[in-house]
Amino acid sequence: MIEWSLIIYCGLVTFLSRYLMIAILKKEMFTDRIREVLSFVPSAVFPAIIFPAIFINDYGSYIEMNDPKIFGAIVAILVGYFSKNIIATIFSGLLSYWFVIFIF
Amino acid sequence: MSNSSKIFFKGIADVSPLMIPVIPFGIIFGVLAIDLGFSAVTTIGMSIIIFGGASQFIFLQLFSAGASSLVILSSVGAVNSRHLLYGAVLSEHMSDFKMIWKIIFSYFLVDQAFAVTNSYLKNNDDKNKAFHSFGAGVTCWVIWQITTLIGIFLGSIIPESLGLTFAVPLTFIALLVNDFRKLINIIVIIISGLISTFGYFIIPFKAYVIVAAVAGLASALVLTKFKVLNND
Repeated sequence: MIEWSLIIYCGLVTFLSRYLMIAILKKEMFTDRIREVLSFVPSAVFPAIIFPAIFINDYGSYIEMNDPKIFGAIVAILVGYFSKNIIATIFSGLLSYWFVIFIF
Repeated sequence: MSNSSKIFFKGIADVSPLMIPVIPFGIIFGVLAIDLGFSAVTTIGMSIIIFGGASQFIFLQLFSAGASSLVILSSVGAVNSRHLLYGAVLSEHMSDFKMIWKIIFSYFLVDQAFAVTNSYLKNNDDKNKAFHSFGAGVTCWVIWQITTLIGIFLGSIIPESLGLTFAVPLTFIALLVNDFRKLINIIVIIISGLISTFGYFIIPFKAYVIVAAVAGLASALVLTKFKVLNND
């Protein structure tokens, strides 16, 4: 089944990324410059998941500006900015999203 | 208690506080996977085989959007490239570990285990030091599997109308909170986000994640270079 083989390949990629660094990579291979650029990987990769998941709906078109997902995301970003707390960020976003959907 | 089991339990104790934010992630993963139509066996299979939060969430998101295997695989690779960062420090401390231990740790070492292993190995050179990493890794693994199972259970009773798929972008926003205060990171976030949003319909094979990530990293390369020049 394609699902299982893909899961196994993804597991291998994840494993190898960890194994490479323990077994093969040496400290000398990393200049400060490479380290600095690699530290931007989350900032470069995660938004590519975040933005489409917010701005594009299940039917593959852009959402309206008054979509509750935008409100939820803004609340989560603000809470994340001020609290730097992972759990508070996720749940403030979810709660404000539900607030708009179920109470308004 | 032998020295090695003492060190093993120290690894468990050190990593435990870091497990608190992991708990909702695992539960949300399980709930979402069930919501998106994955079976309970496939869901726990992902947590056992892939065993990496960000990789598993990206897998869910792209697989349910109908992305091709190659795109999913390369996106998971892109997310994992951040792991290479840790290599510099860890490989140095683990150079005297046996090959089999290196393989075992590679499977167990998620971000939280890295963090505590790194600070322990920096300050301790006991001959049983490997047991610390082992205790930390096993703890992360057990917590991740249990929370996935809780999520699988909850996913079968939580109605789809709650719109829990929204938890995916929120989860990734939460993982970026420490970067919100740095100007270059904000610019990189916006560039990657805009390219993925507008590229979603233009870039073939749902490769927008890779294209946006590469563009974001390239802009980080340029912006940090610019910063260095300014400081000189």
